[in-house]
Amino acid sequence: MHAIEIDNLTKSYPVGFWKKQFRPALKGLSLRVERGETFGFIGPNGAGKTTTLKLLMGIIFPTAGSAHILGKDIADAEIKKKVGFLPEQPYFYDYLNPSELLDYYASLSGVSATERKKRIPELLERVGLADSARKQLRKFSKGMLQRVGIAQAIIHDPEVIFLDEPMSGLDPIGRHEIREMIQGLKDAGKTIFFSTHILSDAEALCDRVAVVHKGELRGIGVMSELRSSTGGKTEVIWEGSGAVPRVAQLLMDSHVTGELVRATVASENLDTLLARLREHQGRLISVTPLHGTLEQYFLSRTSEPEAARV
Amino acid sequence: MKQTRKNIATAALLLVGCFAGSVFALRAVDESRGNEATLEEVLYLPSSKMLKRLSLGYSGLLADIYWTRAVQYFGSKHLQHSQRYDLLYPLLDIATDLDPHIIVAYEYGSVFLAQQPPEGAGEPDKAVALIQKGIRENPKYWRLYFNLGFVHYIDRNDPRAAQEAFEKGSEVPGALPWMKVMAARMAEHSKDPGTAAALWEGVLQTSSDHSVQNTAKLHLDSLKADLDIQELERRIQIYRERTGSLPADWAAMERTGLLHGIPLDPNRAPYKLLADGKVEVQDASKYPYLGEWLYNQERPY
Amino acid sequence: MNTRLSAITLNTFREAVRDRVLYNLIIFVLLLVASAPLFSQISIGMQRLILVNVGLSSISLFGVIIAIFIGIGLVSKEIEKRTLYTILSRPVRRWEFIAGKYFGLMMTLAVNAGLMTLGFYIALFITQGVLKPADAWMLVSIYFSVLEFLMMTAITLLFSSFSSPIFAAIFSFALFVIGTFADDLRNFAALAQGVTKWLATGAAYAVPNFASLNVISRVAHDQHIAGKLILYNTAYALLYSAAVVIAAILIFERRNLK
Repeated sequence: MHAIEIDNLTKSYPVGFWKKQFRPALKGLSLRVERGETFGFIGPNGAGKTTTLKLLMGIIFPTAGSAHILGKDIADAEIKKKVGFLPEQPYFYDYLNPSELLDYYASLSGVSATERKKRIPELLERVGLADSARKQLRKFSKGMLQRVGIAQAIIHDPEVIFLDEPMSGLDPIGRHEIREMIQGLKDAGKTIFFSTHILSDAEALCDRVAVVHKGELRGIGVMSELRSSTGGKTEVIWEGSGAVPRVAQLLMDSHVTGELVRATVASENLDTLLARLREHQGRLISVTPLHGTLEQYFLSRTSEPEAARV
Repeated sequence: MKQTRKNIATAALLLVGCFAGSVFALRAVDESRGNEATLEEVLYLPSSKMLKRLSLGYSGLLADIYWTRAVQYFGSKHLQHSQRYDLLYPLLDIATDLDPHIIVAYEYGSVFLAQQPPEGAGEPDKAVALIQKGIRENPKYWRLYFNLGFVHYIDRNDPRAAQEAFEKGSEVPGALPWMKVMAARMAEHSKDPGTAAALWEGVLQTSSDHSVQNTAKLHLDSLKADLDIQELERRIQIYRERTGSLPADWAAMERTGLLHGIPLDPNRAPYKLLADGKVEVQDASKYPYLGEWLYNQERPY
Repeated sequence: MNTRLSAITLNTFREAVRDRVLYNLIIFVLLLVASAPLFSQISIGMQRLILVNVGLSSISLFGVIIAIFIGIGLVSKEIEKRTLYTILSRPVRRWEFIAGKYFGLMMTLAVNAGLMTLGFYIALFITQGVLKPADAWMLVSIYFSVLEFLMMTAITLLFSSFSSPIFAAIFSFALFVIGTFADDLRNFAALAQGVTKWLATGAAYAVPNFASLNVISRVAHDQHIAGKLILYNTAYALLYSAAVVIAAILIFERRNLK
């Protein structure tokens, strides 16, 4: 059983005066997330990330397709006992304090009264809100609200946790703390579905990522593999600028300083280049493979015309 | 998901059921309220002046509401053959205070306020007051003088006042010459069925209200029947003087030339010839006002 | 399911209280305090009449106003402020949410009316010097007002589930006014003919009938209310409210939120 199974999930909004045309927000998304995985869902703004999450939570309904969480259809409300959700820029009842909010939410998620009494103070401590436990939420800063958000997402000890831009609006300390918390959840074996447009966060935490753009899935795969797929560049430094014209077509770029040449070449062309250099008496100084970054993968996936798919 | 569809169908069914139930419950509420319904709010009628202010400029709408309440009130009490219609005048009065140009209200009052219960409220003086207000507010509407004269003649036994009303009315520009004719008849200062019939005919012609028209028609039928019966009984006496006995049937009268054909009443049913020489109608329920005029002639005025 | 429903109900009540709705009670008390001595020039009989009329009318009117002001935002506020997102991500059924909001507001109105009733009887006691058995009939009038709240709350909830607060307020208020004149609407229907008659009759039953629930004048004059009337009015209010709440649930069940 997969933790999350999405099949051809589609959402189109009727637009125009007569509501006859359709604007697609999500086009046939399909993917699987395994239990215990930390899955990154990345894409630029407007890509359809939040739409996907809203569909999974039952806030909006799909035009086509389906999704299952822990084997149960998302329309089954009961499964939500094992699901936690932190929306982007969350809003809470500002007339409650965090302790009351967590108590209310936990009871809605089926946590018994005794359990709630035990967990809430612990959790507030863990997210660093113990001092503000009795302060009304309307007085909370953005960062504090974000912590409340995380707290309400995990108060009922869910198995699958959905986070939509969990780091937004946080200062570096806050970001670090949240990152630590997510790592902690990861270590506890939770499945985390992590939606963000900040690639460094995804890079640090995720096992697998999917790239979405304009409502479509553009790429999916294991983090390490993705990086190397766009990496595969090698930096070569040698002496002997005379050789340059002979190897120019192999090079991606080059800098010449006197006799010293520093050039980048695609990894598959490395052997050819080295052979040519030997022929033309170039003296090799260094050969350094360069690793691609998630950013490069991301950019490559989101700049290609829509026809290109994984 | 199939389950959701089933749930929605169940909910929709429940909705219809609850709503239907509410309709039945409301009807039950109505029945147990009975007549008290109109009474409870209306019992404590505010003055027209206050109402006009409260209505915030929508006095016309409020007038219509009170007019409808008046009709409903009278209608439902009439069905129960009630003897008291205390609220009819206040309701009509308020309606016409809020909107003095509801002509049909004055007309309605001239019939149903003035007539004796259970046909009406039995308050001809109040009817007169109402119509006079109507005339003040609508001086060009000469037909209101007709309504006024009608009440004086039919319900207040005051042919003099009736004559005055018809004369005044005939002087209004646009009045039909027939008003002068009626004034002349009033001048005879006697109550006769012919004049009454003419008046009721006038009401039937001019009214746009169904209940008023119905009442007029019933009066006319009864009057005609009264006159017919009077005439028929007179001829039966002639027959008896001629032959020394009462006729056995209408055919006998025909043979002596006193009748041409079976006499039919206004509803085209044959009159009944009784053994003692009296004549009756077949279906008395169609002639609720039989005898009103003939036996009223004894009353002094 | 039961715990979720009661949790939402209680939270809705808590929200109303913290929104300082109950402060309206202060205005009510001031009104009562002001109205009786203001008419002390008139005989004692009139004083009591004024007090009863003002008191019972206020209980009814204040309740309806609160029902409208809170009711119009019951659902739309949660959608606007996105507080619904974290609720729906939990095992809460959409119908539970609607029903919980309804019961929560009703609870607020009932508590409000209860406190007003207490204040009212205290004022009555002060004016009369004693409480007569006949004074108990006023409880029927207050009970009928609560039935009014049942229907009015359902109506505002219905509008709140699909339209903005402003329109919900306009429609709700309009239905309240029409409902007060429901008897006249039915009179119009009785006198009309043809298609107009059918339309008017349909409207007369679709619109909430508040006219039959208004017995203030009667109890003010110590008239008793028939038991059957109480029974049938209760049935009517419950069935009508149920129908409207179910309609609200049906609308909300499949609605795509923003």
